[in-house]
Amino acid sequence: MGLIEVGIAAAKAFAVLMLVLHMSAILLWVERKGSALIQDRIGANRANIFGVMPFNFGLINTLIADPLKLITKEDVVPAGADKFLHFLAPFLAVFPVMVTFAAVPFGDQLVIGDYTINLQVAALDIGILYVLAMSSLAVYGVVLGGWASNSRWALLGGIRGSAQMISYEIAMGLALIGAVMTFGTLDMQAIARAQGHHFFGLIPAWGVIYQPLGFLIFLIAGIAETKRVPFDLPEGESELISGYFTEYSGMKQAAFMLSDFAESVVVAGLVTTLFFGAWQVPFLFRDGFHLPGGAIVALPHLLVVALQIAAFTLKVFFFCVFQILVRWTLPRYRYDQVMDLGWKYLLPLALANMLVTGVVIVLLG
Amino acid sequence: MGAALFLVLAVLTVAAALGVVLHPNPVKSALFLVVTLFLLAVVFVLLEAHMIAALQIIVYAGAIMVLFLFVIMLLNLQIDDPERGRRRLVLRGLAWAGGILLAVELAVLTRGAPVGDVGTAPAGYGGAEAVAKSLFTDFLLPFELTSILLLVAVVGAVVLAQKQRRPTIS
Amino acid sequence: MLDQYIGVVITFALGAVIVLGMVSASMIFGARPTSRRAVKDEVFECGNPSSGPARGRFSVHFYLVAILFIVFDVEVVFMYPWAIVFRQLGVPGLIEMLTFVAILGFGLAYVWKRGALAWD
Repeated sequence: MGLIEVGIAAAKAFAVLMLVLHMSAILLWVERKGSALIQDRIGANRANIFGVMPFNFGLINTLIADPLKLITKEDVVPAGADKFLHFLAPFLAVFPVMVTFAAVPFGDQLVIGDYTINLQVAALDIGILYVLAMSSLAVYGVVLGGWASNSRWALLGGIRGSAQMISYEIAMGLALIGAVMTFGTLDMQAIARAQGHHFFGLIPAWGVIYQPLGFLIFLIAGIAETKRVPFDLPEGESELISGYFTEYSGMKQAAFMLSDFAESVVVAGLVTTLFFGAWQVPFLFRDGFHLPGGAIVALPHLLVVALQIAAFTLKVFFFCVFQILVRWTLPRYRYDQVMDLGWKYLLPLALANMLVTGVVIVLLG
Repeated sequence: MGAALFLVLAVLTVAAALGVVLHPNPVKSALFLVVTLFLLAVVFVLLEAHMIAALQIIVYAGAIMVLFLFVIMLLNLQIDDPERGRRRLVLRGLAWAGGILLAVELAVLTRGAPVGDVGTAPAGYGGAEAVAKSLFTDFLLPFELTSILLLVAVVGAVVLAQKQRRPTIS
Repeated sequence: MLDQYIGVVITFALGAVIVLGMVSASMIFGARPTSRRAVKDEVFECGNPSSGPARGRFSVHFYLVAILFIVFDVEVVFMYPWAIVFRQLGVPGLIEMLTFVAILGFGLAYVWKRGALAWD
């Protein structure tokens, strides 16, 4: 457990946390401009530098002006609200979401001289259980956010939000059982590596081919867990102002909004790792491309690693953009519809998926 | 290294547990309990029981404590009045705890020869596969009985909750 | 075996520092309150006068959802170890889990039938 190993782990942890934060920021911009495109309007374009080309796409607005504005806002704590809980709630909303990425592999392995660095912050044997554990801790931010506001409506929003989150956590957990049965392990890097071969030499053996229903259930449950539209009744942006985090201003509010995007990134990351081959590029192996037909294109090791990390980032980005598209397309569900979907449809479907997967695996021997 | 780490964890866990018992605000008490359970999970990891540590956080700190918080918030339990004989209660509690601790210490110290070497645990002990293998072969009957226990819990909860007929906010 | 967790510990520490910095940023750099009026301390209810502190009876459905969540979470937590050793257990393992799921499925059906899953 030398200093070098700790240093490498620290570098990886820093890289992953920065990835989550920066991707959340970029997604915020994509959401603002993308929603403007979808709704046939221009969106934020006021803050720019002399109208110079890339800067008038709302980048400065979203990435510089807004955070600066939020930092310099006065931090208002309503009377009668507990100051410590008011501070703790946004912390608990963001923290578990960000540390979930410690178990997600973002590349295969990097060989530098004598060191083989596994491109995963923590190579946990129980990776998927760690992810589930951190997701269940994310409920506390919502519940405390509602309670610490000393407002009846915020509390109602918080309780409803957490009831929705815990309902879909079961569906999420069950949807992954099929994938765990297929790959036979909880270690996420092992699952990523197991998706490296190809069917008939052509189709990459990604998890979605083994578990299409599991993928769908997990995606829907994941979007519901992040409380994004169409499941955003606890927040209710056009009606309730902000639901459970109405009474938060400045960076505390920014923390809650960040938790929205960070959870989105985490769901995208999990979907990518378990169902879409994580960092796998079709036909790319450790020494280069093995194309169907026999041609082998040898590539230097660093290029292979860079391609794999880029592939992972692109796939995560794709699923985040997909979630943004869903948000600006679908209307909001009513609360009883949300709970019905979670308990009466997704839960039995996920159980059925698990049983069918079990029967198929036993029959195929 | 292991002993020092355990000592730090033990002190933190006991401090958090004391926070649960002594803090007047019920919500903060519940949060202290969440911290205690989380620290216990870390202790489990130190004991190489990785699977149980993860399950502790998922079920206990993630599900049961959420239920506790719901109940505290929905019943709107008020902060305890600190004036009414709290000091005497705390002293009595500490006296009982001290007495039990003393009794346990005496029992351990008068035991005689220490327990012999228990040997090293097999590789992978405490990991998911080892737990799974023994759970579904040696402990199959308790596993099936657990499902009946859970069924009883579900039915009981539904029966208890169905009696409300007064107008409420939902 | 414990070496796996060094990454987790570092991530926790770094994450805590980053999030703490973010949440306290406006407490440190934020504008200082220029006035302290009673109106500013009230909670926001779209202009209506405040309807009082967080009191009142809430529906028991939330409690039910929490209990059902615990029960089904325990079920999911039993399924994960089974999913790992499932291939080695073969058909008897499948039947064991089938029994488990059937009993709990019966519980879900009972809850559904009794309407405990309705209007929430």
